[in-house]
Amino acid sequence: MSLPGILLQTLLLLLLAPLVSGCIKNWKAKLQNRRGPRVWQPYFDILKFLRKDMIISEHASRVFSFAPHVVFLTSLLAGLMVPMVTTQAPLSLFGGMLAVIGLLALGRFFLALGGLDPGSAFGGMGSSREMSLSAIAEPALVLAIFTVAITAGSTDLSRVVAATHGPTLKLLNPAHLMAFAALFIVLLAETGRIPVDNPATHLELTMIHEAMLLEYSGRHLAFMEWGASIKQLVLMTLLVNVFFPIGIATDSSLAALAVSLSAYVLKLLLLSAIIVLVETTNAKLRLFRVPDLLSAAFVLATLALLSTFLFQ
Amino acid sequence: MPSDIILQPATLLTLSLCGYVGGAVAGLLFARHAKLANLLSFSAAALSGVSGLFAALVFLASAAAPLRQIELVPPLNPFVQFTARLDALGAFFLAIVSLIGFGLSVYSLGYAKGFLGRKNIGVLGAFFNMLLLATTLVFLADNAFFFLITWEIMALTAYCLVSFEHERDETRKAGVLYFVMSHIGTGCLILGFLLLFQTSGSYGFDTFHSIGGQMSASRRNAAFLLFLVGFGTKAGIVPLHIWLPAAHPVAPSNVSALMSGVLIKTGIYGMTRTFFEFLGTPPNWWGVTVLTIGTISAVLGVLYALMEHDLKRLLAYHSIENIGIILMGLGAALMFLHTGHGLLASLALIAGLYHTINHAAFKALLFLGAGAVLHTTHTRNMEEMGGLAKRMPTTSFFFLIGAVAISALPPLNGFVSEWLTYQSLLQGFGTTESLIRLMFPLGGAMLALTSALAAACFVKAFGITFLAQPRSHHARQAHEAAPTMLIGQAILTAACVFLGLFPTVFLKLFDPLTEQLIGQQISSQLTVVNGLVLSGIAPNGGTVSTLGISLIALCLVPLPLVLWLLFARGSKTRIGATWDCGLKSLTPQMEYTATGFSKPIRMIFKTLFRPRREVQREYDFSPHFARTIRFEAHVEEIFETRIYRPMRIGILRLSRRIRALQAGSIQAYLIYIFVTLLLLLLFAL
Repeated sequence: MSLPGILLQTLLLLLLAPLVSGCIKNWKAKLQNRRGPRVWQPYFDILKFLRKDMIISEHASRVFSFAPHVVFLTSLLAGLMVPMVTTQAPLSLFGGMLAVIGLLALGRFFLALGGLDPGSAFGGMGSSREMSLSAIAEPALVLAIFTVAITAGSTDLSRVVAATHGPTLKLLNPAHLMAFAALFIVLLAETGRIPVDNPATHLELTMIHEAMLLEYSGRHLAFMEWGASIKQLVLMTLLVNVFFPIGIATDSSLAALAVSLSAYVLKLLLLSAIIVLVETTNAKLRLFRVPDLLSAAFVLATLALLSTFLFQ
Repeated sequence: MPSDIILQPATLLTLSLCGYVGGAVAGLLFARHAKLANLLSFSAAALSGVSGLFAALVFLASAAAPLRQIELVPPLNPFVQFTARLDALGAFFLAIVSLIGFGLSVYSLGYAKGFLGRKNIGVLGAFFNMLLLATTLVFLADNAFFFLITWEIMALTAYCLVSFEHERDETRKAGVLYFVMSHIGTGCLILGFLLLFQTSGSYGFDTFHSIGGQMSASRRNAAFLLFLVGFGTKAGIVPLHIWLPAAHPVAPSNVSALMSGVLIKTGIYGMTRTFFEFLGTPPNWWGVTVLTIGTISAVLGVLYALMEHDLKRLLAYHSIENIGIILMGLGAALMFLHTGHGLLASLALIAGLYHTINHAAFKALLFLGAGAVLHTTHTRNMEEMGGLAKRMPTTSFFFLIGAVAISALPPLNGFVSEWLTYQSLLQGFGTTESLIRLMFPLGGAMLALTSALAAACFVKAFGITFLAQPRSHHARQAHEAAPTMLIGQAILTAACVFLGLFPTVFLKLFDPLTEQLIGQQISSQLTVVNGLVLSGIAPNGGTVSTLGISLIALCLVPLPLVLWLLFARGSKTRIGATWDCGLKSLTPQMEYTATGFSKPIRMIFKTLFRPRREVQREYDFSPHFARTIRFEAHVEEIFETRIYRPMRIGILRLSRRIRALQAGSIQAYLIYIFVTLLLLLLFAL
């Protein structure tokens, strides 16, 4: 745990997260034969939101203004516990996988309360769906992570990455592949991607995440959007670095860091491309079909666990 | 030195016990002067709580030798001895009952005033003290006979308190159900202790120590099952839980808090005492059974809680969930004891017991919050609440803290104990080669499901109750609770925060306990970096520090502030209406309801709930413009309809048959007596 490490990773999280969102939006548009917003658009959005005036609902309590800050800070804190460029995450001493899950859940808890607070039915609907779906996604998430943790022998993410990074590549280990697939489905659900939620829509009856943000404006909205994109980055980092830690720096020499950073960005862009492909080739599922998808993730995670048992 | 004597655990404990007795007597004596009785009985209880808490903490911190065989009352005969003991396990539970009792008593000073002129406050205070006294003695009893007597006094005073507002039909029914279930449990306990007595020849707990080793396997298993059912009924494990969601909500809220926070923990105490101290090294299936029951209780408890829109029933169902989580820890500990992993067994036991004290703190806190709401809105129905955060800001803040804690979110105490449970489950995978080890990660997954559902449930409980617009006249008129009620909640909130942020300090107190039950002291292995960071057992268990997380979060707080200074200084904030789709204005009827909030869960788990709804519309010309709508929705409580109702019908049918014997003619009765006598004589020959 070092101060420069914390500062650098905080900056990286803050700056990289909107870029990933921008890339996904832009590429999606390209694939649909639209021109689409620029890759940098999310940065401009956040800056614009920060400058704008705010309207707060007359029915809202203090929880409403508190929630965006909690969402923003918990995403950042969770991000500091995930190894991004070096195997040693800055805050790995203060928490591993379980703390990351817990912090993201804390953010979601306040996000959902913020949705309920202004007393609009849309917000309530969004909160209800978000909490229900994330509850169904949670066992798959934990089971997949347990599978990795069992092979690595620890819930400490830095140790897990160090273990998978070892000299023998464990890419083709069936347990890892299935756990990866399970986590990928959970990633789609947690970040509100297409088979589960449509981030581009404002159609009342289909939206989940956007419905909770409906009453937010100004800098509150900026923190909400920024927090959501950081959370997305954290989950994606978890996926790429835990399962494919190729190129990650094991020490803090400048050369290793440079190699690691470029490898990391490449991996992120590749994962974004996969997400774009999934989003473009699939239709949004009906709300009550989503639990089927998430139970598929749970079954995959269980199979992953069983195969660690069989192939050990 | 007088100060030395006062700081002795035994002195403090005596003070505490006398205080409860004094409080009970004062309550009864001044029953006619309600305000005086209120003041005297509840302040006596509060002081006794403080002194009991200090007794427990001093005892645990000094790691003193257990005090045994303290005679409270001269024995009736060699078997019935009223002896007490203070050992690490008892002291731990003593700390729980005293801490919660302290907070609740302070709260009750204000809360009981709500009964002024309606009910006898003196009696309430007296029973409250007696219940605390009996519960304390349950944890101190050193003799099976004495234990059962205090157990029974505890059950009976609790029954009296549940039925305190007996004018209502619902209350009386719940009281009777509690009474019956409680006695089924006690029956099992009597049989269980008799089994132990057969081998030991005495009722003293000292002679029961590791008695399981001398018992035959079948007897030992029978004793295990009897204790599991007996203590499980009190703890509220599925499927013996049905009394709990009925009885806890109808009691006055301070009593609900005591029952959910402490009383059900006597079941956990009993299981820990008997399984770990008396019954010896467990066979594998004991741990497997306890872990399975724990998992099922946790998941079903939270699922049924989600279906509730009665605030106190919702909290009561969460008690079942949390008992399940505690039992997951205890079950895993039993499994590790079987495989001889003392270190892991200690970790799992600590996880379970840590969750016990955590649940006591946040559940009591939440019940007090619910009580404050009930006090001012006069309803338990969440659909009639809303907007209370503006009307009772302090209560809603405390309730929010409790909600975050019970949802196992960092950095509060629920997270810490669930983290320890996860760690023990994860490391359990390596303890055995058999397929059984899959139970650990799958149990972990179910624990994740449970805590995520709990978070959903508390978003609903807090959001619908405290946020948005008030949904009824009462909610609009709500006002903040009395100062003493707030102080009571503040005490428990402080406990939740302390147990959450400083687990490493608290863990040291577990050393004498695990030493006593398992023979290991592991607190030093659960901390790293000068005891600041919590760690799963080395070499490579994970680490977590709730304190560290909070400190870093504090350091990051300026970040939004800096962004505001840089970009948003010119922006203004206006108060406006919520977007209403162009209607005139939003009304409370348009808000999301508690029932609506849990609809997705109801649909996803519809095979369990079997939801049924009935809609009646009356309209003049088009069904879209209804004049009146009546809507009814039900979920099936499968344990009630599939197990208890058939059983009840069966028992009634059987008793009708037996009634034929009771014809009312004295000649027939004489013949019965004669035949019985003959049979007994034949049997004796």
